[in-house]
Amino acid sequence: MNFLSSHLLTLILFFPVLAALVILFLPKDEVKAIRWTALVASLVPFGLSVLLWMRFDSSASGFQFVEQYPWYEAIHSTLHVGVDGLSLTMVLLTTLLTPLAILASFSIKERVKAYMILFLLLETGMLGVFLALDLLIFFVFWEIGLVPMYFLINQWGSEKGERVLWGKVKMQARNYASLKFMIYTMAGSLGLLLAIQMLGVLFQTYDLPSLYLKWNALEGTVMGLPVATVKAIAFWAFVVAFAVKVPVWPFHTWLPDAHTEAPTAGSMILAGVLLKLGAYGFLRLVLPLYPAEAQRFAGALAFLAVMAIVFGAFASYGQTDFKRLVAYSSVNHMGIVLLGIAAAAKVGLNNPDVALNLSKNIALNGAVLQMFNHGLSAAGMFFLVGVIYERTHTRNLNDFGGLFPLVPIYGGILLFTSMASLGLPGLNGFVSEFLVVRGAWPILTVYTAIAMLGLLFTGAYILKSIKQVLHGPLNEHWAHGEHRLTEINVREIVVMAPLMVLMLMIGIWPAWILDVINKAVMMLF
Amino acid sequence: MQFPILSVIVFTPMAAAMLILLIKSERKNEIRVTALAAASLALLLSLWVYFSYDKAVAGYQFVEKYNWMPMLGISLHFGVDGMSAPLVLLTGVVMFTGVLISWGLDDRPREFFAFLFILASGVFGVFASLDLFMLFFFYEIAVFPMYLLISIWGWIKTREYAAMKLTLYLFIGSVVSLIGALVMYWQSGLHTFDMLALEQAAFSPGFQKLWFPFVFFGFAVLGGIFPFHNWSPDGHVAAPTAVSMFHAGVLMKLGAFAALRVGIMLLPEGAKSWSWLIMGLALVNIVYGAFIAMVQTDFKYVIGFSSVSHMGLVMMGFSTLTRVGLTGAGVQMFSHGVMTALFFAAVGMVYDRAHTRDIPRLGGMVKPMPLVAVAFIIGGLVSMGMPGFSGFVAEFPIFMGIWQVRPLVAIIAAISIIVTAAYIMLVIRRVFFGSMPAEFEGHIGPVAVQDKVALVFLCVIMIGLGLFPSLMVPWVQTGVQHLLSLLGGA
Repeated sequence: MNFLSSHLLTLILFFPVLAALVILFLPKDEVKAIRWTALVASLVPFGLSVLLWMRFDSSASGFQFVEQYPWYEAIHSTLHVGVDGLSLTMVLLTTLLTPLAILASFSIKERVKAYMILFLLLETGMLGVFLALDLLIFFVFWEIGLVPMYFLINQWGSEKGERVLWGKVKMQARNYASLKFMIYTMAGSLGLLLAIQMLGVLFQTYDLPSLYLKWNALEGTVMGLPVATVKAIAFWAFVVAFAVKVPVWPFHTWLPDAHTEAPTAGSMILAGVLLKLGAYGFLRLVLPLYPAEAQRFAGALAFLAVMAIVFGAFASYGQTDFKRLVAYSSVNHMGIVLLGIAAAAKVGLNNPDVALNLSKNIALNGAVLQMFNHGLSAAGMFFLVGVIYERTHTRNLNDFGGLFPLVPIYGGILLFTSMASLGLPGLNGFVSEFLVVRGAWPILTVYTAIAMLGLLFTGAYILKSIKQVLHGPLNEHWAHGEHRLTEINVREIVVMAPLMVLMLMIGIWPAWILDVINKAVMMLF
Repeated sequence: MQFPILSVIVFTPMAAAMLILLIKSERKNEIRVTALAAASLALLLSLWVYFSYDKAVAGYQFVEKYNWMPMLGISLHFGVDGMSAPLVLLTGVVMFTGVLISWGLDDRPREFFAFLFILASGVFGVFASLDLFMLFFFYEIAVFPMYLLISIWGWIKTREYAAMKLTLYLFIGSVVSLIGALVMYWQSGLHTFDMLALEQAAFSPGFQKLWFPFVFFGFAVLGGIFPFHNWSPDGHVAAPTAVSMFHAGVLMKLGAFAALRVGIMLLPEGAKSWSWLIMGLALVNIVYGAFIAMVQTDFKYVIGFSSVSHMGLVMMGFSTLTRVGLTGAGVQMFSHGVMTALFFAAVGMVYDRAHTRDIPRLGGMVKPMPLVAVAFIIGGLVSMGMPGFSGFVAEFPIFMGIWQVRPLVAIIAAISIIVTAAYIMLVIRRVFFGSMPAEFEGHIGPVAVQDKVALVFLCVIMIGLGLFPSLMVPWVQTGVQHLLSLLGGA
């Protein structure tokens, strides 16, 4: 037991890699064995993170379960991992969604072995970002996660669809989407990479806790420029990298493409966890490292957030492709996260105003909870789109209609999940959105007011999708013969069940998770 | 007296070459087995040297010295330090995998392996030499077989042109540096070519400034520095697979290493005053090489230009003259050697089966040769500097080094990372994925076991080094420590 608690984080982090290695040596025709090995293996990190959750002391401050091993001594980087309430929430989300996504991929028939290996590697990549307490290690995992996702989209994405580029060059849509995803993210993180190098050169360490102190205490000039200028540039380098990932308007255009082309489970993870990496970067790195700059540019961040909320909602409403609609809804929902972050940034560090500080805390709590909630609802929505796509081979909303009587259980689940995403009181989305709005209102009143109008359209596009799929005149095509729509099966219900339970739990009694988040947030900034 | 392990390593390939020439040319299998045995021996010995190098003691180890021509102060003087030990190992690795990859070569394997091994002896010799004259001696031995290997076994369309171009470029380069070396010999007044003595010769700053460019850039030609790089893609493309592996994997390191050992270590003041030029040219290498690689339609030219781009990083690391920058350059030499050997091996395997390297005509190769595809992807990730692979371990410190000297250059050089990612991803997708052209259906044979062993071996090295930088970085650091003491300060 002692070994377990002293190595809990590294076990969670590297178990998927171990499982991937095991799968590597399974014969590739044993599809069943591979699927079940992957599923069982991905349940282990989940079990361990539940254990972590229970052992986590939410009243203590600072990072817990810290482990540190030498990694790259020449440039003073160590494998330093630890959790606080923020990363704990995200770790739980990741380890929860991965088994569900793997279960959802049981319908994958081609090259199952490679698929599962990539999926497990992806899990390690994501977990590494959330656990890292070393800037270089953070970056390492940040980039590593790209590779499996690229291949998941590129190889197992939808086979249909072409994109005409400039010069009338035609390209398969999934190739276009995956390359765009990769290049966008890498180009976005270029500034981050350079800024990290600069920090490393300045301080001879990549250790986050000590960087927080040293970087904030820095005065004078750096490389011939005043510190304020350097910090402002580095601030934007960090912001752009994370904004691309979140994605924040106007860096979001890779997202609808990637989602539309990705396989169902890929979309679940992409929306459920990968987008959170960006928001997590804001919270873990941008706010603590650049409190002054964040305060200075909070208005700009809030503007971008509001644009994401409003445009995301409008764009989503305009879609006829069900999956694209859900993809744009991610832009909309992640905008709320950024709004919360911007509000907190605006108040800044050590603000004497008690009421503002309270609002700041509420906004941050809301932002983190919204990350978790969006992880649940977006993964659920993408899965449900996948369920119907597998049966009908179309995602065009105009091809559906009146399906509720044909698939009542599916319809019920879709309705439930949509309502969670819409922010119906009693379900999880409401709690977090309310917290963000309540927190941001006194700080950024005008922006929040505009964002509220955006939220109105959230309702509109969600109702639109429900209406076009479930209600209205029945499209007879799906009612008879070989095209007859079949009901959601047990495996698919098993995927949805944990998500729905959590949505309800957080909606009715959010305290269990907010306690953990709150402590971390107060500490963080 | 201890076992003369370095001489054994240097002369093993040479002896094997002689032995192979004694076998009848029809008995091809015996020739191959002999070659493999010799290559394995060299690999094992170089592993032994690498792992028994004492990092705590540092400095030159396994030193051997025999008088060769005492009246001129020339001796056969071998020894490795932290910089050259990884390169000796690299040569062993490339030699071993090169023999495995060439297993199926059917056209005069006897002569092929003999020339290849003479070349290998030359390369080992350069990395192990502590005598300036001997360094040149082995350098020429390494260059000349290249000419024969390319012009006899190369790609029929360009082999004569490329072989001639390569040889002339390299000879001119080496003559220029030889002039520099001779001037050093006279100027020092020590009547010795011993580099350990020359290191302490304390040439005047003016002398160093004048002669540094001769020595450094003469060798840097072989390292592929802009604007003297254009022999290299032509040479790569024309050469047969194993020779391309040697050429890009080891020979280019020879240039970079000699430029470091003779240029920077013997003329440190010169290096300081010319570092701006090296940095500028290396920057062109990095960015321009990447862009040119992107527009190539020949599979092998893509890799050829990517080598130009990556060798630019090595030169860039040198030009920083900082601890991290030089460390990164040392690791990059090894990492790039392994990576590019893997690339050329994979390209060769595709070409052997498809008989074309025209990227638009290829496609879907992942089905008949999945392992090659995976290996190429891993190589691609190394080349992109993806964390978790050896390329990142090497490039990151180089960039940190540039930050310490000229931050703006770091920012410009970083553009190449995106361009590299783009061309690597495009090539992977076009060659290995997508639909396979109808003409190849059923014509693409499986990959032989030897090839698989070679690919897996190279991949394991790159991933191992990427995950555990401490497998190599401490070695390089001891070498850098010595370098910095010559540069004064730090």
